[in-house]
Amino acid sequence: MTTTVTAPGLRAARQETGLQQQRARAAFWFLAPMLLMLFFVAAWPLFRSIMFSFTDATANTIFNGQSEWVGFDNYLTWRVRDNGDIRWRGVLADPDWWNAVWNTVRFAFVSVTLETVLGLLVALVLNAEFKGRGFVRAAILIPWAIPTIVSARMWGWMLNDQFGIINDLLLQLNLIDSPIAWTARPDTAMIAVLIVDIWKTTPFMALLMLAGLQMIPRDMYESAKIDGIHPVKVFFRVTLPLLRPALMVAVIFRLLDALRIFDLIYVLTPRSEGTVTMSVLSYLNLQQFGDYGEGSAQSTLLFLIIAVFVVLYIWLGRVDLSGERS
Amino acid sequence: MIHRTKAIALRSSALAAVAALGASGAFAQGVEVTIVSGAVGAAVANFDALVKPWEERTGNDAVLVPMPASTTDQFGQYRLWLAAQNGDIDLYQTDVIWAPQLAEHFVDLMPAAQEAGLIEQNFPSIIESQTVEGQLIAIPMFTDAPALYYRTDLLEKHGASVPTTWEELQQTAQTIQDAERAEGNSEIWGFVWQGNAYEGLTCDALEWIKSNGGGQIIEPDGTISVNNEQAAAALDMAAGWVGTISPEGVLAYQEEESRGLWQTGNAVFMRNWPYAYFLSNGADSAVAGKFDVAPLPAGSGEGAQSAATLGGWNMAVSKYSANQEVAIDLALYLGSAEAQKQRALNEGNLPTIQSLYEDPEILEAYPYFARWQEVFQTAVPRPSAPTQQNYNEVSTMFFTAVHSVISGEEDAATALEDLEADLEDLLQE
Repeated sequence: MTTTVTAPGLRAARQETGLQQQRARAAFWFLAPMLLMLFFVAAWPLFRSIMFSFTDATANTIFNGQSEWVGFDNYLTWRVRDNGDIRWRGVLADPDWWNAVWNTVRFAFVSVTLETVLGLLVALVLNAEFKGRGFVRAAILIPWAIPTIVSARMWGWMLNDQFGIINDLLLQLNLIDSPIAWTARPDTAMIAVLIVDIWKTTPFMALLMLAGLQMIPRDMYESAKIDGIHPVKVFFRVTLPLLRPALMVAVIFRLLDALRIFDLIYVLTPRSEGTVTMSVLSYLNLQQFGDYGEGSAQSTLLFLIIAVFVVLYIWLGRVDLSGERS
Repeated sequence: MIHRTKAIALRSSALAAVAALGASGAFAQGVEVTIVSGAVGAAVANFDALVKPWEERTGNDAVLVPMPASTTDQFGQYRLWLAAQNGDIDLYQTDVIWAPQLAEHFVDLMPAAQEAGLIEQNFPSIIESQTVEGQLIAIPMFTDAPALYYRTDLLEKHGASVPTTWEELQQTAQTIQDAERAEGNSEIWGFVWQGNAYEGLTCDALEWIKSNGGGQIIEPDGTISVNNEQAAAALDMAAGWVGTISPEGVLAYQEEESRGLWQTGNAVFMRNWPYAYFLSNGADSAVAGKFDVAPLPAGSGEGAQSAATLGGWNMAVSKYSANQEVAIDLALYLGSAEAQKQRALNEGNLPTIQSLYEDPEILEAYPYFARWQEVFQTAVPRPSAPTQQNYNEVSTMFFTAVHSVISGEEDAATALEDLEADLEDLLQE
């Protein structure tokens, strides 16, 4: 190949690489402040909590450096009891942790699925031309704009068994005979959390998908119409494939959010075994028990689990996050 | 949200007054000290009036930094600040159970309190709860112990007497609930309490177990005593209330939810702290003038007696404060009879100073205070002293186990056996 390159061409190529290097250098200096910032707000805290997870740090020793290295003891260790039994300890041997993992995954799967379907329906409605569309688009965002703490409190009262409006409605409609203690019963606590989360986050999904819908060229629909294609077929053959990139990105955003859910559950159903998630458990250890070793081990595992889910999702869904293929 | 009612004019006149009286020559003047405290009830509104006499006397300035009402949330934040040796906060309002956990960060107030004569004025059990290895960690400001609230009108109507055992309570509650419902009062419930999985459930369940002769979870010498038949019987008894005399929702109730049900007139009995008395007699209360309080019922086993979990708040001085002398002086003032009386009259808080229970002014405003003296006789501390740093985790394990019993997921014997093993693991590490 090199033999065919003429002298002026070579010079031009050399000049180009020089220019490219120069541009790369300039780009690096423009990015440097941001990278530095990211290092301090993301990489350093992450590194610190991974470090803490290998120590016996408590609230009293995290600042004075008196905590000791304990290896993987926070993750898994054992102790022989006086009667000869072996007791496994550490996060990986803790049934509460696996319960929290199961709760989190269950919550993330159900909530993201329902929010995607409902969000898509809402987006399709909002994409249609009708009078007062601007107003409806703004109004639908209200649940999403309310701080989670406030909506969790509000729904907590609405779901109250004695004076909650939800029970009152269901009773009046004769759907139930006696009020349901939504947030108290282990079997309904997760449903209560799901109701509030879906109510709150569907607008966000709808908005992301609406943006995707508006990118689809109108003339595709027009030609489909001229060809007399059934609208349902148009949806599955035209709308959905073209919406896919936006849909996949929306789902990954929500999935990341759902896997680290904390505030809604901490306020609505504190300490209910049926809803406690990985973040809630880690918070309890860090903030309330002052057990930074175990709490950090849980945070680290949470980080790894989320990473695994995201990698799987990108790989299976072949999501194009870098935008190179489009 | 920092409260400052200080006008410069006020401070200078106060300084002049101090100079004229020569009252506190030893202390620095014009110093600003900060107090951090949970914002509960009337505490924030009353703060400026409460510290005003001290500010005028010393020429210093007290600033309140309000925090969330939940004691567990406060605790997490305070511990971080203290571990980081933060000097921004001079005084901490501390819960009765925190002293052993935070002792190393607070100034020993024993010499100052002795000099001011506060030790002998207070209830000895309360001073004891704030003493760790001979050091007074915090000065008591007010105390708390729950009681059984009952509807005088309903008990009279159905010819029932005030129950003294849990069994009687269960029967009376069931009888009145059934009779009232038969008359068309479909929303009435027999007994409301706090069944949510949180620190409050530790208090409720400790009372059931202790009053049934089942010990106090972990004894003062550190023995884990919770796995015994009487304790299991007490929890099974409480589990039997859910869905019969108590609504199922009680499993998610904290203090305010139970008060909500009670204050709308829909409960015959309620277990709650003294603050509810004040509010239940308010103008918007459906039960105003129709209720009274009694000590909580006793169980039936050996050593059964009424038991009330000890609550209460105290004032501690941070070791990292730059103005320790002024802060100690303020803590002494806040624990003094003068300040406790002001707080009793304006916030309805129970004093820790014994003589105030005979103070005519207080008794005239709050005749029910006299009744709480009886409740204090049976006060039982939570096991914060023998568990120290681990108290929060112990309490969480305990209320989680109790919650699984009262919500019917486990029977009490199994739950307590597992709890015992978990507590051993935690405390014998």
